[in-house]
Amino acid sequence: MHELAVCEAILAQAASIAETHQARAVTCITLRIGPLAGVEAHLLRAAFSLAAAGTACEGARLIIDIVDVRIACRLCGAASRVRANRLLCGTCGTWRVALLEGEEMRIESVELLAKDAQGV
Amino acid sequence: MRKVCDVCGCAGQTGQVHVAGAILHTKTGIKVEVLQAMLLDNDRQAAHNRGHFEAAGVLVVNLMSSPGAGKTSLLEATIRALAGRLAIAVIEGDLETENDARRIRGAGAQAVQITTGSACHLDATMVHAALHTLALRELDILFIENVGNLVCPASFDLGQDKNVVLLSVTEGDDKPEKYPVMFRAADLLGITKTDLLEAVGDFQTLRALRHFRHLAKPAPMLELSARTGAGMDEWIAWLSAAREERRIAPLRRARAQHSHE
Repeated sequence: MHELAVCEAILAQAASIAETHQARAVTCITLRIGPLAGVEAHLLRAAFSLAAAGTACEGARLIIDIVDVRIACRLCGAASRVRANRLLCGTCGTWRVALLEGEEMRIESVELLAKDAQGV
Repeated sequence: MRKVCDVCGCAGQTGQVHVAGAILHTKTGIKVEVLQAMLLDNDRQAAHNRGHFEAAGVLVVNLMSSPGAGKTSLLEATIRALAGRLAIAVIEGDLETENDARRIRGAGAQAVQITTGSACHLDATMVHAALHTLALRELDILFIENVGNLVCPASFDLGQDKNVVLLSVTEGDDKPEKYPVMFRAADLLGITKTDLLEAVGDFQTLRALRHFRHLAKPAPMLELSARTGAGMDEWIAWLSAAREERRIAPLRRARAQHSHE
């Protein structure tokens, strides 16, 4: 399960951003994951609550946007939405396609609690 | 045509402009647009490793497969086939033991063993520590034998030039369909233990290739047997061509740069 390692990398980046902005805590992290990234959202969630304990991200909300796998055909030009293990053009059926979306493994945004904010 | 955000490629449906580092004020603090890879640190370390490999002019091949697919056997056969022609070293990744490193040394190449403990994959930092124990400039090819696993190693860039993914005939020909992320990473798919094809009975190489193509992969497939030597000539030819490509890459880049000036 490499999701723990991925999680630690996310937490380190979020903590560093919180420090840069002198925030009190991280309240929300938004991620964008493609089915071809090799990261499972539910495993990431499970790892997150464990790994975040005792860090600036403890208790932060984790939003995970899962994107579709989308391809563009190199032969006929058609765009299709496909399954992760069948990257075939929906129009002409060829595997000679380019991936448009589906490998994302990105931190989109981080929400921070200001140092002087009232309450949590 | 809808305007596409040039940072993340989003179609801009929300009208929101994505700019890394942009700050939005919220009721209790701020929201910072990050737009960075989750594995940013690993990617940076991998780029650093790549710099070392390029400076040394060594071809680096990351070898991945499930446990027992025959990575070490293929390497032993490769080292013997290239003895006296190309200088080879191997970075070995395993959870425990020096067994594979011993086998590589027995075949006549230098080996560095990384024991990952419970980690299911190698990362760029582990490879960086290992690469500094090798005289890279004296090498032609450095193999990184990743931890046997068809899932985790696919997500971690190590700084390699090529990924080679092995699939043994005893595993079943539908593995590319089951593990698309790993097989999509392949620059070459090696079908191993082909000497067992008859005994296995239901493994069809063409079916494996079809599943691989369904991942939109134009990469070559080779049928190999480290035991009988079948396919080894093609494998050595592929490696030699990749090695040559690596050797002339800086020259080609320098020439391209020169013509731009």
